[in-house]
Amino acid sequence: MSVDHTQEVSVVEGQPSFRSIDDLISKPLETKPDRNFFIAISITGTMLLIGVICVALTVWFGIGTWGNNQPVGWGFGIVNFVFWVGIGHAGTLISAILFLFRQKWRTGIARFAEGMTIFAVMTAGLFPLLHVGRPWLPIYLIPHPNQHGVWTNFISPLVWDVFAVSTYFTVSLVFWYIGLIPDLATLRDRTVGKIKKMIYSVFSLGWRHSNRHWQHYEMMYLILAGFATPLVLSVHTIVSFDFAVSIMPGWHTTIFPPYFVAGAVFSGFAMVQNVLIFVRRIFNYEHIITLDTLEKMNKIILVTGSMVGYAYIMEFFIAWYSGNPVEQFVFVNRVFGPYSWAYWIMFSCNVIFPQLFWVKKIRRSIPIMFILGVLVNVGMWFERFVIVVTSLTRDYLPSSWDHYAPTLVDLGILLGSFGLFFTLLLLFIRTLPVISISEVKAVIHGAQPHHTGVYHE
Amino acid sequence: MSKLYAITGLFDKPEDIIQAAKAAVKTGYTKYDVNTPYPVHGMDDAMKLPPSKLGYVALVIGLMGAAFALFAMWYINTIDYPQVIGGKPFFPLPALIPITFEVTVLSASVLTVLIMLFVFFKLPNNSHPLHDTEYMKRVSSDMYGIYIMADDPEFDEFKVRGFLEDIDAKEISAIYYDDEELNTRHRVFEPKFIIFLIAAGILNSALVYFVYNKLLYMPPFDFMEEQAKVIPQDEDTYFADNFSMRLPVRGTVARGDMPYLYSNNPEGAGADIVNPLLPTKANLAKGEQKYNTFCSPCHGYLGNGESRMRGQFPVPPSLNSQKVISWSDGRIYHVIMAGQNTMPSYSKQTTEDERWTIVQYIRALQRSQNAGETD
Repeated sequence: MSVDHTQEVSVVEGQPSFRSIDDLISKPLETKPDRNFFIAISITGTMLLIGVICVALTVWFGIGTWGNNQPVGWGFGIVNFVFWVGIGHAGTLISAILFLFRQKWRTGIARFAEGMTIFAVMTAGLFPLLHVGRPWLPIYLIPHPNQHGVWTNFISPLVWDVFAVSTYFTVSLVFWYIGLIPDLATLRDRTVGKIKKMIYSVFSLGWRHSNRHWQHYEMMYLILAGFATPLVLSVHTIVSFDFAVSIMPGWHTTIFPPYFVAGAVFSGFAMVQNVLIFVRRIFNYEHIITLDTLEKMNKIILVTGSMVGYAYIMEFFIAWYSGNPVEQFVFVNRVFGPYSWAYWIMFSCNVIFPQLFWVKKIRRSIPIMFILGVLVNVGMWFERFVIVVTSLTRDYLPSSWDHYAPTLVDLGILLGSFGLFFTLLLLFIRTLPVISISEVKAVIHGAQPHHTGVYHE
Repeated sequence: MSKLYAITGLFDKPEDIIQAAKAAVKTGYTKYDVNTPYPVHGMDDAMKLPPSKLGYVALVIGLMGAAFALFAMWYINTIDYPQVIGGKPFFPLPALIPITFEVTVLSASVLTVLIMLFVFFKLPNNSHPLHDTEYMKRVSSDMYGIYIMADDPEFDEFKVRGFLEDIDAKEISAIYYDDEELNTRHRVFEPKFIIFLIAAGILNSALVYFVYNKLLYMPPFDFMEEQAKVIPQDEDTYFADNFSMRLPVRGTVARGDMPYLYSNNPEGAGADIVNPLLPTKANLAKGEQKYNTFCSPCHGYLGNGESRMRGQFPVPPSLNSQKVISWSDGRIYHVIMAGQNTMPSYSKQTTEDERWTIVQYIRALQRSQNAGETD
């Protein structure tokens, strides 16, 4: 096969007109949702309602309704928190890191992935708030002068977490909104409804597509990408510090930060890939979110999955090499102990199955990649479960060992978190353009002037 | 009413709009702008725009954010509320890096965006003359537009139309201000808005009052100071005898609490118990401190009963008498442990070792008050 690598292949298939891009992307916003949408949102709404009931039970009766017990103070609450924060990482990676690397295929999926980041971090943020027991007092997580005269402990990783996650949420939201402004202006100019026009006018701030603005806008996008790149790496690093800075066997390891970041990107990409498979099908975006894009995402899943697998194996090597009998016991206990089933679900879903993506046919087969993506997320959820539960149930002091099992309320809140995430996602699909109109136009073949014959960046 | 704002022209191809911008610069227009549905590469050069200064804004704000975070944490940890945590210094720089980094990123990205939107772009501006024109509808979708503003020094309606025709612009049209845009009155002072502000203020205050004074004291909201708990010496219905305080389980001994076997047997104590401590300097110093605290109020600093309680309390016999000198250490220990006459037991105030050091100090007092030639 001969490919001319001097000419960049357009990431958008065919050469759709700008007007057709507008029509296609704003179609979900201008048409009445069909029956499938209502079926989908009633399913996610039911899940959300179950979650709301379980949260109400937790708030009313306290944390005693959860499965947490004396050695396992961090049960499902922290497992779910780490899982959801991880899901968010794909969005920032796509919108910031791939932007800095000039990966044009990101344009079709960036907006959607950023939206998923915001919803995932919102979902994640609920868990620590509930886990503190009195979710109406979270103001004390943020240092402020108060009548008690006390401040937060600035050298605690848990306080770093508060700063990292809230900064991550705010910056992601700003990044997302900045990207939306030109699209909202386009929608404002094409809508006929009066209320819609008012809403779009307010949120587009009166954007005029002026080149004197575009110039600063592009610079701002670059600056935000430059800030978001170390930020996204710092967030899961700090989440891993919650574990790594403690002295629990199995947690107190320096490999945690890179291993957590790779795992977060891994699970996030799997989630984005899963959802995009539906979105591109339902709204006929196959030529914007192309199979090539999905294949590239699968390659990233393969890379990060291999990094995670390397980390799993390296943990065992270091446990053996450290000569620390407690550390060695913890790892043997993970593989053969009472939670070995969880370990093997994690290991097979995260390390073994994604290796199938080495085969090009599998990378380009939508049903298989969907199943593998689901498995990756199952595996990544169990990774957090294994890390939290196996270390805590069997720590240094055998007399305090105890078994951990979640209660129905725990499972209900987990289900509700998926309900919240997907409900927000469905509402997002119907209210805002899920593909960046202005960015996609800019990468269509012929959209940029060819004055010297060489593609000008 | 019909004041001219600008003359606009549209183009189909990105190459054409680049040429149009170059031509506008060449003709000497300065108050013009190009509108494109997405940023067209090379346009900044064609318009000869200076590089964006946003990077410097972000740099300055980021440095200020970092400095603020570090200063705040230094002030809080070392001046306002110094606290030793984990034996670390008050200002452990490496452990403060994560928060410094997060505050830097947060302030730099959020404030730079706000400065770009509100200072650089002067947004929100929904009453700009270009809004709701056919021109705007095209440039936000599929065409590229250029407009020359009426307040350009080179502006002449006729010439500008000619210029746009020369560069093959399509749909050349004039944009006028409408009434609302010519109205310079501040809308902030409209009575409607002021009424809205007052209503919002009242509503907000009522809500805050309700939340802080009522809502937070309804279930399920509870606070640690009023949660269900057992208070000593209070009635508690959990146990059958309604006592909240419990006696030790029969036949058990609390940690560190050795039973005293000589309660009614002072002579036995004097004969059997032996001082386990050596009269070292440290022990004597400890004994002096404990003696001065617990014994000296009645017995006096010298053990002779010349105390600050004299006249208000029966004077105890001197500790330096031959009788007490002849007692064994265990016999004196017994008095501290079990009390004697009006003197109560000091077993709750002192530990076993402390009592023995007090005995040693009393021995030292006895010798000092009955010093011989050889001392």
